[in-house]
Amino acid sequence: MSQHEASLPGKARLAGIAANGWKPLFLRWLTLPTAAVSALLIGAAIIAVMGANPLTGYHALLTGAFGGSYALTSTAVKAVPLLLVGIGICISFRANVLNIGGEGQIVMGGLAGAATALALPNLPKIVLIPLVLLAGCVGGGIWGAIPGIFKAYRNVNEVLSTIMLNLVAVQLMNYLLAGPMIDKSESFAVVGRIPQTRLLSPNSWLPIIVPGTQLHLGVVIAVLVAVAVYVLLRRTGVGFRIRSVGLSTDASRYAGMAVKRTTAMALTLSGAMCGMAGAMLVFGSISHRMVTDGTLSGFTGSDGYYGIVVALFGGLNPLWTILSAFLFGGLLVGGVSMGIALNVPYSSDLVTTIVGLVVCFVVALDAVRRRANLQSGPASLRQLLTRNWRAPADSGPRAAPVPAIQPAIEAAVPLPPPPVPELTPADPGEALP
Amino acid sequence: MNHFFTVAVLSATVASGIALGCPLLLAALGETVGQRSGVLNLGVDGIMLLSAFGAYFVALRTGNIALGVLVALGVGAVMGLITAFINVTVRAEQGISGIGIYIAALGLSGMLFERYVGTPLPITNTRGPFFAVDIPLLDRIPYVGTMFFKQNVLVYLAILLILALTFVLRHTTYGMKVQAAGENPAAADTVGLDVSRIRYSAVIFGCTMAGLAGAALLIVDGIFQENLTQGAGFIAVALVYFGGWRPGGVAIGALLYGLTGAVILTWKTLGIIPLSLSDLAATAPAVIVVLALLFLVGRYRQPTALSKPYLRGVS
Repeated sequence: MSQHEASLPGKARLAGIAANGWKPLFLRWLTLPTAAVSALLIGAAIIAVMGANPLTGYHALLTGAFGGSYALTSTAVKAVPLLLVGIGICISFRANVLNIGGEGQIVMGGLAGAATALALPNLPKIVLIPLVLLAGCVGGGIWGAIPGIFKAYRNVNEVLSTIMLNLVAVQLMNYLLAGPMIDKSESFAVVGRIPQTRLLSPNSWLPIIVPGTQLHLGVVIAVLVAVAVYVLLRRTGVGFRIRSVGLSTDASRYAGMAVKRTTAMALTLSGAMCGMAGAMLVFGSISHRMVTDGTLSGFTGSDGYYGIVVALFGGLNPLWTILSAFLFGGLLVGGVSMGIALNVPYSSDLVTTIVGLVVCFVVALDAVRRRANLQSGPASLRQLLTRNWRAPADSGPRAAPVPAIQPAIEAAVPLPPPPVPELTPADPGEALP
Repeated sequence: MNHFFTVAVLSATVASGIALGCPLLLAALGETVGQRSGVLNLGVDGIMLLSAFGAYFVALRTGNIALGVLVALGVGAVMGLITAFINVTVRAEQGISGIGIYIAALGLSGMLFERYVGTPLPITNTRGPFFAVDIPLLDRIPYVGTMFFKQNVLVYLAILLILALTFVLRHTTYGMKVQAAGENPAAADTVGLDVSRIRYSAVIFGCTMAGLAGAALLIVDGIFQENLTQGAGFIAVALVYFGGWRPGGVAIGALLYGLTGAVILTWKTLGIIPLSLSDLAATAPAVIVVLALLFLVGRYRQPTALSKPYLRGVS
């Protein structure tokens, strides 16, 4: 910690010393919960204004999300695509690339997976399931590679191109599901066929791991992917280059890294994660078909946007994103129960509103935290976006091995050197001795 | 194809292309000013939705479209105040706060609609200046009259705004201030300009325009539904990049987008595009914009301080 602070300007250090005891603690640990609680309070006010009882609503939300095994498994299933998109966002945001195209990448992943299952229905389970998930990655990866290559080699702003590709993806889905990939066995010539695939081969279904629930293998796979990406970002050369390019393209270029290739690859990987989420949506669904109602959110459930929230709430760390995805999955699942309990038609919109408010509060409180100029505190969003996490082969003194899961903040800021004796490790909030 | 190349069909297509591009143009012009001052607002789509709902609700209850448009402007301005507070005063990360505002407004507009309207009813009063104004004499010019001078009043306003904003940004003190805030806020601060105030005004103007765009979209559709915009606000943001942060360029982009959409619609009606391929053809505007960007980028530089919050002494 001392090494870290030695680089601070004296003024900031004084500010750190002068800070009240509770303030760094609050800024370090309670920013995200405060954001969530504030959003929920405003949500409660909105419910009250609409003429319903917020307490009834939130009780139903909690019960529906986390009360009992059925609720918990539903939440876990809902969290799968959120987690995968969140992991993808972690990768791209670490490279300082804003991937707003999760929606389109989910759709392309779903389409690629469904097409594979339609083409090769007779493969055994053990081959077909990995194959369709891989196809999802490839589909989403291509949809991420296009803006990635455009950004890297033609300097096309990725926000723009990913948004445009979302629009292209939804129309492609509508075309394919109403045309080449439609269920031809249905012949309601009068009203027209539903734009959906036929029942996909049972060999491609994600197996249920807890009988009697919807909990499918995808939950396990998504968590494993999160761990893998954590290792990738933190312990491999590829991950180091991604983070380095996110920190400074110039410095990375001087260091001899292939900056353009890395940028393109970060967005490709990010798209691949979203694509796998799309495949999970198809093969973990109850209907085991891919259906479109003509809109993006009809298939994705807006997971491409919610995934951004999930990743930010998880501090852009894949492991914390697991917890974050579970919480947001609970919010979305519980929202349905809330709607039933309150007997109102607008519950899903209410949940959408609350999620949006959470984003606004997280991003605003993060800025407040940043301005508090507490360099010993947690990394701010901009810091998260642009720097930190040490190199895998660091020449400096090595910290103790990192436990698999550690507090978000510890994971998010550069690892301090081994604890200095005079510092009490149990008191992380104390800015300086 | 022969049916398409008749003068009547062509001029009608151009007219509907202009009408389709109008909401995009209004929103994109507002976003241009905001971005020139250094603030990226990705919440345009949400603000359009909320304003469109406001306009719809008032128009439905009072039967007065003009009142609805005023309400849309008000909703846009209030959202602008909130956006500016989050981005300028609190200095939040702009790419993400915009998404937050979009999601919140998307939910809120849907919720208000479900709670206070429920069953979608079309706006009954479809006459007046917001539907079609024939400019006297000019509308009699053969073909050109049909294309340009039988539009609604918002189209004329948008065309005036292209010229007005070009002038304001290039030739007025305020325009210079906006550019200073967007290019080098520290220098602007040094010479005594209030960067925050400039950015506030630019963002509020931009969001008010987004509100107007929401009303324009509502008038085109004549009815509100959940997620009415279908991402139009995001397209507007994209058009700002496309147009190189200049009102004229943005207008060309909006026209290109609207015309491509209108041509596709006409071809669909004429049967030139078979029904089975109509979804595929609907990707054309987005594909064309992306391709155009591929060959246009590098010619224009984005405002240096775009999406960078300004804090005195730190930059």
